[in-house]
Amino acid sequence: MEAYVSLFVKAVFIENLALSFFLGMCTFIAVSKKISTAMGLGVAVMVVQAITVPANNIVYHTLLKEDALSWMGITGVDLSFLALLSSIGMIAALVQILEMILDKFFPALYFALGVFLPLITVNCAILGGSLFMIERDYNFGESVTYGIGSGLGWALAITVMAGVREKLKYSDIPAGLQGLGITFITAGLMSLGFMAFSGIQL
Amino acid sequence: MSAVLNSETKKVLTTPLVNDNPITLQVLGICSALAVTSKMSTSLIMALALTLVTAFSSAAISSIRNHIPGSIRIIVQMTIIASLVIVVDQILKAFAYEVSKQLSVFVGLIITNCIVMGRAEGYAMKNPPIESFMDGIGNGLGYSLILIIVAFFRETLGSGKLLGVEVFKLAKDGGWYDPNGLMLLPPSAFFIIGMIIWAVRQWKPEQVEKVDFKIMAIAHGEGGLH
Repeated sequence: MEAYVSLFVKAVFIENLALSFFLGMCTFIAVSKKISTAMGLGVAVMVVQAITVPANNIVYHTLLKEDALSWMGITGVDLSFLALLSSIGMIAALVQILEMILDKFFPALYFALGVFLPLITVNCAILGGSLFMIERDYNFGESVTYGIGSGLGWALAITVMAGVREKLKYSDIPAGLQGLGITFITAGLMSLGFMAFSGIQL
Repeated sequence: MSAVLNSETKKVLTTPLVNDNPITLQVLGICSALAVTSKMSTSLIMALALTLVTAFSSAAISSIRNHIPGSIRIIVQMTIIASLVIVVDQILKAFAYEVSKQLSVFVGLIITNCIVMGRAEGYAMKNPPIESFMDGIGNGLGYSLILIIVAFFRETLGSGKLLGVEVFKLAKDGGWYDPNGLMLLPPSAFFIIGMIIWAVRQWKPEQVEKVDFKIMAIAHGEGGLH
């Protein structure tokens, strides 16, 4: 249990996907102008991440890994090079299914999150989460923890960023830095803040 | 040669370098760009990989653009891009294993790099293959340019080396240069890109974004409203 808690804390703060691996930066910069939309996107990312990382974990361990097909009596086959294709296919399919389910059963939630779901397929944080899971060889329990934790970390980062940017609108910024430039510098300062967690050993 | 490099081709090849740079103006492909720039060698490999993938995927998508049904075009584009990235990934693993270890998941993340998808969707779906190929190369070069500038500052200031060759003699080896550790950490990439954007926009003022709120100067000297 302790291992899972430490993995969770690590995924949220120490190895924050947005601020220490720069994943999902395009949406992080583009959709962080208002707290409410940023939070909506953050929740959507968290939900998708919590579903896709474990799903990819199952596919990788039962089909793609070296000798993973031995339960079918096939040995010596290593399909791990297909991991990239299967991960992105899995993400695209799951996002589509999630969209349909939300539309059918939870219309209110669909209206809140619906616009963000197509954006999420091409969000590097989602694919990055799955690829880190494969690279670090997590088991199923760890992948669930990592999925939820990394999604929460990303949601936290974009919400904080939107908060800073809402205040920043009223500041007197040099013309050339206006908009994108100052956003990068702010992200850098926030990332510096998150680095304070990196000394913590769990 | 002049037939190949007509004005349209030249335009799509050169405008992404400064005037319409994918990173500083289109805000595409920042995702995997920053994490690999702490060393020049990894940035060069990453830039090369991305340029090739963008060029070939744009050409491939553009050559079948009239046969892709609109509703499934994203998944078709994704499959083409993912297949190309797998090829690049396998080649790197076979011939440059050390570098591929350092790049870790970031080669795979070329699939979701917004430059590749953005150019496929925004240019290749509407234009013939050769122009799309050139557009891919051009945007890849624009991305490479930023990556190389960032890596240049991060590696020289952060470890006193460039491509592994010593440029500044470090203080711990009896030299004069005390390396700036911040440059090796992730936040420095944000600062450098922010500064590059500032510099580019000073040079090309038409790229400056409009302000949402204008700050009015207070008329009666300092602190007039306190």
